[in-house]
Amino acid sequence: MLYYFLIFKVFKKYINKIIIFDNLQFYFYIDFLKIHELSLFLKNSLLFNIQTLIDMSAIDWIWRLDRFSVYYNFYSYVYNYRFMVLLDLPIFLNYIFGLGIESINSIFKAALWLEREIWDLFGIYFYNHFDLRRILTDYGFNGFPLRKDFPLVGFKEIRYDDVNKLIVFDVVKLTQEYRAFTFINPWV
Amino acid sequence: MLQKHLWLNNLKKIKNFTLNFGPQHPAAHGVLRLILELDGEIVKNADPHIGLLHRGTEKLIEYKTYLQALPYFDRLDYVSMMAQEHAFSLGVEYLLNIKHLIPMRARYIRVLFLEITRLLNHLLAITTHALDIGALTPFLWAFEEREKLMEFYERVSGARMHAAYIRPGGVSQDLPLGLLDDIYLFIKTFSYRLNEIEELLSDNRIWKYRLVDVGIVSLDNAFLYGFSGVLLRGSGLKWDLRKNLSYELYDCLDFKVPIGLNGDCYDRFLIRVEEMRQSIYIIYQCLNNISIGDYKLNNFKYTSPYKSLMKYNMELLIHHFKYFTEGYIIPWNFCYISVEAPKGEFGVFLVANNTNQPYRCHIKAPGFLHLQGLNMMSKDHLLADVVTIIGTQDIVFGEVDR
Repeated sequence: MLYYFLIFKVFKKYINKIIIFDNLQFYFYIDFLKIHELSLFLKNSLLFNIQTLIDMSAIDWIWRLDRFSVYYNFYSYVYNYRFMVLLDLPIFLNYIFGLGIESINSIFKAALWLEREIWDLFGIYFYNHFDLRRILTDYGFNGFPLRKDFPLVGFKEIRYDDVNKLIVFDVVKLTQEYRAFTFINPWV
Repeated sequence: MLQKHLWLNNLKKIKNFTLNFGPQHPAAHGVLRLILELDGEIVKNADPHIGLLHRGTEKLIEYKTYLQALPYFDRLDYVSMMAQEHAFSLGVEYLLNIKHLIPMRARYIRVLFLEITRLLNHLLAITTHALDIGALTPFLWAFEEREKLMEFYERVSGARMHAAYIRPGGVSQDLPLGLLDDIYLFIKTFSYRLNEIEELLSDNRIWKYRLVDVGIVSLDNAFLYGFSGVLLRGSGLKWDLRKNLSYELYDCLDFKVPIGLNGDCYDRFLIRVEEMRQSIYIIYQCLNNISIGDYKLNNFKYTSPYKSLMKYNMELLIHHFKYFTEGYIIPWNFCYISVEAPKGEFGVFLVANNTNQPYRCHIKAPGFLHLQGLNMMSKDHLLADVVTIIGTQDIVFGEVDR
């Protein structure tokens, strides 16, 4: 606990907001332009001793103007603590520079595939990433499946055309529309 | 003179040979497509193409209630099922703020079956690894043991593999009569089975030729690539989530964390064997200490009510109906919960948005980051060693592709 306040003191210029859940779950909100600088600092500073990037992902807040958040999960094996970083991608800068943030793959190699995955599923671009191909979806896939405006059933379905001996991509045709049962109870 | 010149020109044009280690290769442990760049027989570059088993689990979970999302976790890493549903259950319990209320018996049952899961996974990992290298016998022996372990799964939940047994709030059913006796009988003989497997492999000359000093991961590289689990311990760091960020009962249980010295494939094999022995020890402790009591939370808003009571109690009938249709609502919150799955750190990043469905459920699969390090591990190795390295990473495509 004390340690985190120390972090906050050293770290004031990076952090916008801090959320505390319990002793092991601290989330630091930072400016999205500072992520590269910050992770370089985290890795090289003896105070923090962050050795590895455990996980990285994004969240799509579809109703919000700043639509995407990206979260980073750093870990220090020396001090045994997680360092969670959350950042929002502001929409006004996206109009100027495009939807993207700086890659940190030069600092943590683990980010290579994690960033590829976020690019694949959310369409968030990473600058200075030398190998930003799609990773989980099919070759030649269109769209970003984990965005909230991407339908669950998708757009294209694949089948084998027995007459022409070809694999065909068709528009998805369902005999019954997908029904989302929310079951939200008005009396809760 | 001219001819010599031409010859020199041609020499420059020699390119590395690109080989497709296709998705249907038996040593690819599923559907790994590997583009290998070979110089003779030496691997210069390995580019794994994944996603052939991508089922969109994360997207599907966003459209399911918390209880309906649970069985998807069995299907991620389909050789260590309960470890993953446990991670999700811990996440939901954390968000519901009921994690301190889980009854003691449920915790013991969980730990018991988590360790059985670890046995299941490591038996498969070691022996399919041996199978890739050419030793068939341990594979046959271990699958007999796995069959017995899956029988325990079946007796406790009704399913051999995809159990959906560990649920938010406890476990789905109580242990059937006599199960603990049978687990005891199994565990008593299992260490001898382990000895037999080790007798065939540990000092085997061919096994050592193929494993020692192959796929060395230095500790720095393990950090850089975000390795966890056996691949990190093999490089010499004593780090286990069960010890370091303890969950469930692991801080009350006595067990040791084996580490490797060289970080090669042979170390990781020995670590897996030793982890199985530690699991046996943990199971012994669970069998000795398990208490009588509830096996799930008594708050029937979060767990299914007992069937026997439901017949006489209107309230419970309502709870039952609500639990299985609407589910429960989790207020705005998010968390990252990780457990030490047999393959490494398995984590779940959950975002709840005041509905009965998770808004976002990110799954941190250990195999994803391990497979990323394949290029680093197999660089300047022979083609045959790539198979060894895939085996030692213990890749399962259910979790890599998600």
